[in-house]
Amino acid sequence: MRIAVDPDLCQGHGVCESEAPDVFAVGKDHMVVVLHPDPPASQRPAVEAAVRFCPTHALSFVDD
Amino acid sequence: MTIDTGRRLPARVSGDDGGTGHLEELRVDPIGLMQRVRDECGDVGIFRLADKDVVLLSGAEANELFFRSPEEQLDQAEAYPFMTPVFGEGVVFDAPPERRREMLHNQALRDKFMRGHAATIAAEVEAMVADWDDEGEIDLLDWFAELTIYTSSACLIGKRFRDELDQRFGQLYHDLEKGTDAIAYVDPYADIESFHKRDAARVGLVELVQAIMERRALEPAPADDDRDLLDVLMSIKNPDGTDRFVADEVTGMFISMMFAGHHTTSGTAAWTLIELLRNEGEMAIVDAELAELYAGGAEVSYQALREMPRVESAIKEALRLHPPLILLLRVAKEDLECEGYTIEAGQMVGASPSVSNRIASDFPDPDAFRPARYLEPLEEDRTNPWTWIPFGAGRHRCVGQAFAMMQLKAIFSVLLLDWEFELAQPADTYQNDHSKMVVQLAQPCTVRYRRRAVARSAQGSGTSAADGD
Repeated sequence: MRIAVDPDLCQGHGVCESEAPDVFAVGKDHMVVVLHPDPPASQRPAVEAAVRFCPTHALSFVDD
Repeated sequence: MTIDTGRRLPARVSGDDGGTGHLEELRVDPIGLMQRVRDECGDVGIFRLADKDVVLLSGAEANELFFRSPEEQLDQAEAYPFMTPVFGEGVVFDAPPERRREMLHNQALRDKFMRGHAATIAAEVEAMVADWDDEGEIDLLDWFAELTIYTSSACLIGKRFRDELDQRFGQLYHDLEKGTDAIAYVDPYADIESFHKRDAARVGLVELVQAIMERRALEPAPADDDRDLLDVLMSIKNPDGTDRFVADEVTGMFISMMFAGHHTTSGTAAWTLIELLRNEGEMAIVDAELAELYAGGAEVSYQALREMPRVESAIKEALRLHPPLILLLRVAKEDLECEGYTIEAGQMVGASPSVSNRIASDFPDPDAFRPARYLEPLEEDRTNPWTWIPFGAGRHRCVGQAFAMMQLKAIFSVLLLDWEFELAQPADTYQNDHSKMVVQLAQPCTVRYRRRAVARSAQGSGTSAADGD
């Protein structure tokens, strides 16, 4: 499982950054940066919340 | 050889009146017109507004093209001529995605500001119901329009500015919203009454803001923590020491900031309440969720607002059935292909939330109010990202969506905890007025309220304890 971002959809609300600050950062260009595309299991609940609460549904899990 | 030989142009919908095309129908029954385009022409069809063709798209495939296309192909700035006289010349209605992201950050819409906004909004609702008797009647359009003027000004501009507003601001604002007749596609300054009132309202708003600015200029500067956006704008100077922004420009900025979140949120609050009152079983579900969540006097907090799937689903369903924006528009800057049809440069291109939100293959029983369609495992909003479009989608998706949903949940948290409502007119008489591009409830649209016998809010339970039980 890997985190995917749809750059057409991200508006930089920063919800993911609030939920999982070790995994996501919203930079000066207001676009999300995934710090750990394949985060450790301990981050899984936080990352799931980030994906779920993203206001623009820009984040998803993909199977490689 | 010509490149044109393979071009297939979209079909034109029936009902062109030979004069201004479908403009008159758009001013009377826009949803009927747009649904007929889909019924007769499919996902891609044309109606005509005077000398402009509008290629109306619907369905997931065509909508995805609409929402993903970059500015260089589908331009938004030229598509809304009726907004220029509302905002004022020089205040841009829309901006490219990069600039929108920047604005989102500057406009206090980021997630980290939401916690404070939740409390601000709850306090504004409480202030308005403080004037209520134990029972009475309100007009939903007037009441929610006034409330959302206060909430949006408090959250987006600042508490200090909000506290300087009274009913006059909301009434003038309402005249602005009513000045959005589709005749603007022919002439934004046509000699009609609603446009005269619109222009007078804008002058009136500038006068109110000017008076506030003059008063502030004479006062000592507020503490840094109390400064609002108006203080910040007033502090910006030109190199020669004069003010960078005059009242007219400041007012234009405030109107444009508040515009997207005002009639939209106000109308959705009203429709959510109407639909819950039309569907008693759904109201009972929402009531039970709130009662449990706020049992023991919990506060209306950001966290509480995230954990109300039933209230959220009711709001989403009201948005699907009664989207505040019924037609989203762009202008094609180059020729585009859509499902085998050619959209020609210069044509307007539209997508309609009203039509797409009711496509039966995506939303079974499309005309019914069924909030459960948003619960797991259905999640019809997430599974239909290009047809569940009350907030648009893609690059231009409403940047205020998270704020709007939070605001609506906060409003119902306060309203439904201590008050019961009932329809004050026959259920089928609540309708939207589609005569303007800004859709509003048609009046009358009244409901009755009554204070609950047992108050359930923190404040209510505190009061009954003090009564000595």
